[in-house]
Amino acid sequence: MTHLLRRPETGAFAAFLLTYLFFALATPGTGFVSLNGTAGWLNLAAELGIVAIPVGLLMISGEFDLSIGSTVGAASMILALGTNQFGAPTWPMIGLALLAGAVIGLANGLAVVKTKLPSFIVTLATNFIVIGATMGLSRLIANVTSSSIFASDSAKLAFASRLGQANISILWWALVAYIGYRVLAKSSFGNWIYATGGNEDAARAAGVPVERVKIMLFVATGVCAALVGILQGIQWNSGNATYGMGYVFQAPIVVVIGGVLLTGGYGSVVGIVFGTALFGVISSGIFYTGWNTDWIQLFLGLLLAVAVLANNYVRRLALTAR
Amino acid sequence: MSNTLMELRNVDKFFGSTKALRDVSMAVQPGKILCLLGDNGAGKSTLIKVLSGYHQPTRGKIWFEGQETRFSGPREARQRGIATVHQNVGSIPLMSVGRNFFLGAEPVRGRWPFHSIDTQKANAIAVEQMQKFGLTRVTDGDQLVGTMSGGERQVLAIGRAMYFGAKMLILDEPTSALGVKEASIVLKMMRIARRNGAGIVFITHNARHAMSVGDDFCVLIQGEVAARFKRDEKSREDVLNLMAGGEDMTELEDDLEQID
Ligand SMILES: Nc1ncnc2c1ncn2[C@@H]1O[C@H](COP(=O)(O)OP(=O)(O)OP(=O)(O)O)[C@@H](O)[C@H]1O
Ligand SMILES: [Mg+2]
Repeated sequence: MTHLLRRPETGAFAAFLLTYLFFALATPGTGFVSLNGTAGWLNLAAELGIVAIPVGLLMISGEFDLSIGSTVGAASMILALGTNQFGAPTWPMIGLALLAGAVIGLANGLAVVKTKLPSFIVTLATNFIVIGATMGLSRLIANVTSSSIFASDSAKLAFASRLGQANISILWWALVAYIGYRVLAKSSFGNWIYATGGNEDAARAAGVPVERVKIMLFVATGVCAALVGILQGIQWNSGNATYGMGYVFQAPIVVVIGGVLLTGGYGSVVGIVFGTALFGVISSGIFYTGWNTDWIQLFLGLLLAVAVLANNYVRRLALTAR
Repeated sequence: MSNTLMELRNVDKFFGSTKALRDVSMAVQPGKILCLLGDNGAGKSTLIKVLSGYHQPTRGKIWFEGQETRFSGPREARQRGIATVHQNVGSIPLMSVGRNFFLGAEPVRGRWPFHSIDTQKANAIAVEQMQKFGLTRVTDGDQLVGTMSGGERQVLAIGRAMYFGAKMLILDEPTSALGVKEASIVLKMMRIARRNGAGIVFITHNARHAMSVGDDFCVLIQGEVAARFKRDEKSREDVLNLMAGGEDMTELEDDLEQID
């Protein structure tokens, strides 16, 4: 029992279950628990989930990335300008958008590793630089900051298909989560992520290439943010520099709710997935209750506060003798 | 001379204007324990960070196994058989015994990308290696290192270095925070490693520990080698005095006794 309590995902799972039951009981007959209702909250969670996984791994390694928001927007604009203004084929532009995400991540990683400045501030700067550059360049090129996307049918199939109400983003989320889980829990690289966040000096002394670990995680985060930009762009048939701004804080919030320690070194992908699912359930459940959606923020804020306290407690529990 | 494991020749290490090491030359022999003595701030930790690839020397040369060498970092040094247990750092509290033991050299099974760390194997070996030296309290490789005592962590770190077949073992004050029993376990481990042919660099403030295992001694004072001698060449009093930076410790001890 205490063994279970010590696991990083237990709290998130319990919170998810309680919240789900709450909304299920509070909204009888509204279809919240139906297949469509379930697809609804999964849709809301999926795209956030795709960025939350790498952001979570990054936080376990002891770093933050607040530049994800602008990367989402930049990727969607690259796709829009490419397919619309230049009439370029879709797939190469998708490749270019992902590459841009990787480059932004690489820049973040190199800047953090070389300057040794807090990644919080470095990536906050990147966030403004990227959104500014996206808007400025879009205006220069096409005199717009948002633009339509003309995606090929195969791209629409991959990024905008629907099965009933369920969005294909859910599959992408599952894929990213599976990869994240394999990496963090099973691979040597995952061991290095925990070690880097748990005690950077000790990790370095043990031969862990901590700089490389961080840079690779920043790159993965940039690529996943770009993937979200592509998904949103193709689903909504348009690109916009301001897409994704909501994720800047939502992603770290669901990661912490998922049981990742703010100080790094502890957490799990399963926990992050439940933290994100919880977000989806709240955001969607509120609609079914008919309450004002303003309450979502309050809910999230409270959950975050509780989660931070609970995580600290779990950490202490984990460190007390058995 | 031909089988010298590692040699420093006229090594300087400066941090800005701090001259942590000045013109240090020394040799580590296989199957011998070299004790590095010196007061706080004498440069001992800096010296072993140079030996272990953590720092590059500002000036001077390092020879390893008969070749002039420049380690790109701790990883390269470790790959070449130099294992270091640093003062105060060495383990990750929120990770398990098994994962700590194999950090940087994880055993994996299965094929990429579906490989995974062989946790069972890692845990079993880690526990076995610690029990081998008489640490019977640690029985579960999943136990978090943060729940172990300082002595148990030290044994974990040294056991790990020995397990990976280190040619050279560098220990920075491994016994300083330990009780009598755990300190004697650590000293025993050093003797075993020496018998297996490893060259050992042992930093300590404890003259008794140094005298009980040391073969060669090297005293650092303010970043310079102030004295070097072999076992039995000097009395325990002389060694104590040297460790205190040349001041007469017996007098100081007499003073202390008068206060009581
Ligand atoms: N990274 C660094 N940057 C600047 N100065 C340093 C650094 N590392 C060590 N020094 C300085 O070098 C000198 C030697 O320090 P070192 O840690 O090697 O001493 P030590 O002999 O290990 O002492 P102790 O017995 O207290 O562990 C000290 O003056 C210290 O302040
Ligand atoms: Mg020291």
